[in-house]
Amino acid sequence: MQKQSNRTEQLQTAYTGTMPDEAGHFGPHGGRYVAETLMAALLELERAYREITVKPGFRKELGKLLADYAGRPTPLYYANRLTDYLGGARIYLKREDLTHTGAHKINNTLGQALLAHWMGKGKVIAETGAGQHGVATATVAALFGMGCRIFMGVEDIRRQSPNVLRMKLLGADVMPVDSGAGTLKDAMNEAMRHWVGSVEDTHYIIGSVAGPHPYPMMVRDFQKIIGEEVREQMQTALGRQPDMLVACVGGGSNAMGLFYPFIDTPIELLGVEAAGSGITSGKHAATLGEGSPGVLHGSKSYVLQDENGQIMEAHSISAGLDYPGVGPEHSLLKDAGRARYVSADDDEAMEAFHLLCRLEGIIPALESSHAVAYCLHAAPKMSTDSVIVVNLSGRGDKDLGIVSDYEDKKGSVKQ
Amino acid sequence: MNRLDTQFAELKKKNETALVGFVASGDPTPSVSLELIIAMCRAGLDILELGIPFSDPTADGPVIQRASSRALKHGASLANALEMTVTLRTITDIPIILFSYYNPIFSYGVESFYRDARAAGADGVLIVDLPHEESRELTGCWDEDDAFALIRLVAPTTPTVRMRTIAETASGFLYLISKTGVTGSSGLDVQSVRNHITDLRGVTDLPICVGFGVNSPADAQILAPYVDGVVIGSAFERTIEEHLTDPDLVNRLEEQVRNYKAALRPVPGEE
Repeated sequence: MQKQSNRTEQLQTAYTGTMPDEAGHFGPHGGRYVAETLMAALLELERAYREITVKPGFRKELGKLLADYAGRPTPLYYANRLTDYLGGARIYLKREDLTHTGAHKINNTLGQALLAHWMGKGKVIAETGAGQHGVATATVAALFGMGCRIFMGVEDIRRQSPNVLRMKLLGADVMPVDSGAGTLKDAMNEAMRHWVGSVEDTHYIIGSVAGPHPYPMMVRDFQKIIGEEVREQMQTALGRQPDMLVACVGGGSNAMGLFYPFIDTPIELLGVEAAGSGITSGKHAATLGEGSPGVLHGSKSYVLQDENGQIMEAHSISAGLDYPGVGPEHSLLKDAGRARYVSADDDEAMEAFHLLCRLEGIIPALESSHAVAYCLHAAPKMSTDSVIVVNLSGRGDKDLGIVSDYEDKKGSVKQ
Repeated sequence: MNRLDTQFAELKKKNETALVGFVASGDPTPSVSLELIIAMCRAGLDILELGIPFSDPTADGPVIQRASSRALKHGASLANALEMTVTLRTITDIPIILFSYYNPIFSYGVESFYRDARAAGADGVLIVDLPHEESRELTGCWDEDDAFALIRLVAPTTPTVRMRTIAETASGFLYLISKTGVTGSSGLDVQSVRNHITDLRGVTDLPICVGFGVNSPADAQILAPYVDGVVIGSAFERTIEEHLTDPDLVNRLEEQVRNYKAALRPVPGEE
């Protein structure tokens, strides 16, 4: 019965035309669900975004920073040994892990910091889960000489400590958040509270395609360079476009950046959420797979919630995917049937992590390992002339502590 | 006339400013919460803002965050707040405004929410994270009913032209946020509040209540001549939090409400 009604809903929702609409809606999702205190700032930001980012001077400056500072374009690498090992589709890795700061997050923080700079804002704040967005924000704040505060849950501070040290070295104040489970959701709550009190001189650099309009649109636009490069690189390498794109989805920025330039191209778009300890355990972060429409952190989208509309805690070994919400554009892509969302659990992600280390000499972030995990399952079932592009959104140095804790636990179980 | 209009008209006759009191429903437990609210009504509360606790209260400071999580631990929900409203209606006729974030209401279903809230005897709802741009899907449920209001908020950052737009669709009263920041912030800037009130009076004839950052009866007394109501939330919740195990909690809160209400009555001999 449930399946039937979902089906009907899907047929009525299409991803067509320009998204979002003027008020930031992606079909039934998106919008601006924030305190009135923030509305003027969001409207100003949207206006500035539309006016400033199209200016040739801004485009030129951002292009130069992305090339000379962040190291773009990033390579599209044919993972020969992984492909041979799996014996199916050819796998290409989009190497966002090779950007300055080691993750795709820098594409967005450079864009937003430059915009804030043009708007005359002297301070930036951000939330962070894995610390990659926090590091990318602290980095651009140093680059532009801006004050910087990063909100991070105490649990994430514990499990991603190398990134905390990096943020501090870069001159940022790291504000520990101990409410809730002390993870990304709580960090975002606290960043929004701080912004309500500092909105007049502070720009909030949201790190994902989540939050109130114009963030989902703006962050997507700053990240779509990933997919645009893949398009060109595929044309050069193979003279054709891939059959499938795969990316992990927490809030969904690296996935949106890869998918967006391909939405009108008939290829499969696959988002991989974190299944944590397993979907049936209830301890997961599969928002699109298991959630329902709701309002969290300023927009309407799928959320993990209980029957009273209280937001539930998410669970994942990967701090960057440990979030009970998701960007509204993904929710529309799901409803419209344009993208498919699956999940990989902690164990599967860890297996993919090790495989990539040993076969390709690449240590991936645990977030990106979820995307690789899906390939382990899908590639062998596809023909050898089909092509998958996986977004390797970040590098795994930050995760070594988690990996070794995980091994210890597994080891003690085996004994 | 609906309860809100009647209440403001009567207070005006007496030259009093409304005391609008916020408490999180179900804090610290359902039964104590009901007892506390009944005591507050007895002590002269003019309008009750009954909070529906939410897991992620992004516009609230630490005091109300903790109040919400205490209540949630004991099973607080929108449905329970509506049941409490039904009970309160048997003992008081003051206006009851439900105070919520949008998700609990959206999850309940906007039409069911209106139907059940109205039937329970609530006079309106205030939703912190529902600006006018997004409110139509909710207010569309009661276009013909002028006895149920969506209380709209105006912030210090709201430009005058936007104030006008907000005021056009407002009913009941307008809630002026006294300062940028979360609930319970300190540092009331009376001159700045007065300027915003002047701007707001220029675009509306509705009563104006001021909240956020009113931390003492003295603050309330200073604001009283310029506003139609003062909203007190964190100060009451702080009393609940600090006296959780105190058998005298009910009396303390009742006395605190009396003190605030006294500050909002005209000083004898003055006009």
